[in-house]
Amino acid sequence: MTTELRKVAVLGGNRIPFARSNSAYAAASNQDMLTAALDGLVSRFALEGERLGEVVAGAVLKHSRDFNLTRETVMSTRLDAATPAYDIQQACGTGLQAALLVANKIALGQIDCGVAGGVDTTSDAPLAVGDDLRKLLIKLNNARSTGDRLKVLAGVRPGMIVPAIPRNEEPRTGLSMGEHQARTGARWGVTRAEQDELTARSHHNLAAAYERGFQADLVTPFLGLERDQNLRPDSSVEKLAKLKPVFGGPQGTMTAGNSTPLSDGAAAVLLASEEWAQERGLPVLAHLVTGETAAVDYVGGDEGLLMAPAYAVPRMLDRLGLTLQDFDIYEIHEAFASQVLSTLKAWEDAVFCQERLGRSAPLGAIDRSRLNVNGSSLAAGHPFAATGGRIVAAAAKELYERGGGRALISICAAGGQGVVAILESNGSN
Amino acid sequence: MPDTYTSLANSPIGKLITGQLGLPRPTILERYSPGDATISGQVLLGAAPGGRLAPAAATVLAGLSANVSTALRGDLRKAAADAGLDAAVFNGEVPGDARFKALVFDATGITDSTQLRELHAFFHPVVRRTQSCSRVVVLGTAPEDTGSPREAAAQRALEGFTRSLGKEIGQGGTVQLVYVAPGAEAFLGSTLRFLLSARSAYVSGQVVRINQGAATPPVVDVHRPLEGKVALVTGASRGIGAAIASVLARDGAHVVGLDIPPLAEDLEAVTSALGGSFLTADITTDDAPQSIALHLQEAHGGVDIVVHNAGITQDRTLARMKPERWERVLDINLSSEERINDELLSSGVLNTGARIVCVSSIAGIAGNNGQTNYGTSKAGVAGMVVAMAPVLAKQQVTINAVAPGFIETQMTAAVPIAIREAGRRMNSMSQGGLPVDVAEAIAWFAAPDSGGLNGNVVRVCGQSLLGA
Ligand SMILES: NC(=O)c1ccc[n+]([C@@H]2O[C@H](COP(=O)([O-])OP(=O)(O)OC[C@H]3O[C@@H](n4cnc5c(N)ncnc54)[C@H](O)[C@@H]3O)[C@@H](O)[C@H]2O)c1
Repeated sequence: MTTELRKVAVLGGNRIPFARSNSAYAAASNQDMLTAALDGLVSRFALEGERLGEVVAGAVLKHSRDFNLTRETVMSTRLDAATPAYDIQQACGTGLQAALLVANKIALGQIDCGVAGGVDTTSDAPLAVGDDLRKLLIKLNNARSTGDRLKVLAGVRPGMIVPAIPRNEEPRTGLSMGEHQARTGARWGVTRAEQDELTARSHHNLAAAYERGFQADLVTPFLGLERDQNLRPDSSVEKLAKLKPVFGGPQGTMTAGNSTPLSDGAAAVLLASEEWAQERGLPVLAHLVTGETAAVDYVGGDEGLLMAPAYAVPRMLDRLGLTLQDFDIYEIHEAFASQVLSTLKAWEDAVFCQERLGRSAPLGAIDRSRLNVNGSSLAAGHPFAATGGRIVAAAAKELYERGGGRALISICAAGGQGVVAILESNGSN
Repeated sequence: MPDTYTSLANSPIGKLITGQLGLPRPTILERYSPGDATISGQVLLGAAPGGRLAPAAATVLAGLSANVSTALRGDLRKAAADAGLDAAVFNGEVPGDARFKALVFDATGITDSTQLRELHAFFHPVVRRTQSCSRVVVLGTAPEDTGSPREAAAQRALEGFTRSLGKEIGQGGTVQLVYVAPGAEAFLGSTLRFLLSARSAYVSGQVVRINQGAATPPVVDVHRPLEGKVALVTGASRGIGAAIASVLARDGAHVVGLDIPPLAEDLEAVTSALGGSFLTADITTDDAPQSIALHLQEAHGGVDIVVHNAGITQDRTLARMKPERWERVLDINLSSEERINDELLSSGVLNTGARIVCVSSIAGIAGNNGQTNYGTSKAGVAGMVVAMAPVLAKQQVTINAVAPGFIETQMTAAVPIAIREAGRRMNSMSQGGLPVDVAEAIAWFAAPDSGGLNGNVVRVCGQSLLGA
């Protein structure tokens, strides 16, 4: 039996404003935020009581109580409780990978509609118990008498109580993601000035998007926040230049300004078959054409932790017979300004393209005015798993408003992975 | 072996004393050992825009498995990629902790004096980022090969730059200018290999000209470039000659050592240890050219490499010099070489692609008190090389010369201490060279892929102040 593939429509999205860590959403859990994002989507698209094909979402930082997070979230929304759901996790690629999973089922005709999303909190991050304390607690659990328990408890030392706070750290290298990128950036000769420039533009573009009302049907206020808390409309290269480096040592070029801050937030995007959209009179913003995921060996191999998108994109382009220049907009997730710039430099570099990608010529440069036209993570913040949903919805809407076009989405992720995708739109014809 | 002062100055206590007294601390120069990589560190490859040699340089570096960095500039990256180099990126604005063993700059794109600022732009950010015993090579177009007076002037200006940088770079670093004629790009290999390696430890501030050779340069095994070649070395029983024999043998050649009959025992000891053979003769005798040619023909079917090393000094001021001293020095150092060359050539004993390498001297360039005879002979050697080059080129034979400066041998050990110390220190390396340094330069000229080198006189003098 062969199945005709169906086109997958992006109908819209909803997210809550992103908050800086330990701030507006300090008291909110993953489930609270994902529920808010999802319920906003339900309201916007009148999905109350609807049974959707599925909801797929995830969080990078999870408590043990976040078991079955997405399904539990669905049960808290006004969706039909008969809507199945599951969690996925692919670090910062979670949100976009969730969208690809839902899209693939729609394309295959297994479901007609679904929601993909993601959420993360760095304020309510789970605190792991250190190894020595864990062993002691096991002993305590196994102790038979109160006396035995007291004896075990007497073994608790102050040092054991210090929680193992999850750091943004690669388990195999012990280096933070920022330190990894500092090395990659240095390798590509990325300067402080170009990073700060990219950062200022991100803030200006996101501020302009809010100003012109672009975000009105993409963002629903939450816990008093109406806009992304990290957004600095008056950000400038001059102001950014004053910040001290935080990665790469004293000579480093990466600052708290040109790196994304730890943030809290959630996002969701609604995908469906064309028929499903048509039945409900919902306009198709764009089609999710395809996706690609790549991984690099950043441990034993000789590649930067966040360089996987540089491999994923050309693979995807070749599959579709497209060139890097065949896009109207580029959404390259700004984990760090340096990551975006390293990726662009790699695509422009004959050596990288020949030696690493096995191509006879470089992919070439992109028109920088088409990059992250409504701002990206440097301005909005980056609650890890929520970023994919934010980008897919905003890019689809941008294409739709332009009357059509093609968007490239690229998201780098911990573990040396990268998830990329293509959206296409015929516009509001 | 470094001289005593150099060893002492580099010992822990010596470092303390030289530091406090402000005495020079000559760097112990790195020298090549068999099996060593050509370049032991990162090479930065740059070019003035519009240059024509970056692709050739990249190809050579790729062949040497060098670790290369370039600026992130389209032309350089394409050159690297086309050469199959997985070149790293270097941005002088964010240098990080980058350190370079070698800097190679293609200056052929400079066609006007105002563009000489490209030298500053490339070298300024990295000149203090070089490791000890670093190598700097600037590639240019010889003024006579340029298209305009302005280009000629700018290309000639490179010489002043490399010679000055040679005096600044310190820590055993060397700086050279290599003029590559248009169309001779494929002949860059052997020269870059030599100048970037520890083989050129005592060569600095030199100008090398590469022209189109007679035949496409063969691909050589960089560890045994002279494999299968037969090499005649005159004056091989001791000193520089023995070192030449040993380096040529190390590089794969069968060495036929030659010296005067009284030194037969020493000569045999040298050549047999190298698996070579020997021939005793006084090169000045009437029948020497023929008997040498005959021996090479009969025992080896010809000769691929001829090194005219035998030479003597007979110092006296001209006023006190007897005609015999004049005659003897000129005959051994110059005339006999001419006669031998002529015989080898006319008898057909020189194999196709043969290499003749002569030993001139800094005294032939700078002149020296008490050495009118010697200086005349050694300048004559340089003249012979330049004049014979086009003649020999017709037979695919090349002729070049090395001009040693102060080399630590029995000959220089006999020089009075004050003069000896001056000779040793008055150069960019603050030390004398070793016989092996002269030998390495000779092996470079002798290499099968050195066909683009013809008529060059290169000094092995640590960029001596004399005659500079
Ligand atoms: N040592 C230096 O600092 C220095 C500097 C510049 C040039 N040179 C040149 O380098 C070459 C070698 O110098 P060295 O220091 O090893 O000298 P050396 O005296 O140690 O060796 C010269 C060799 O040539 C041989 N020789 C001399 N006359 C000969 C003849 N008529 N026939 C055959 N063999 C003969 C000698 O027997 C001796 O073995 C010479 O041409 C010399 O002028 C040496």
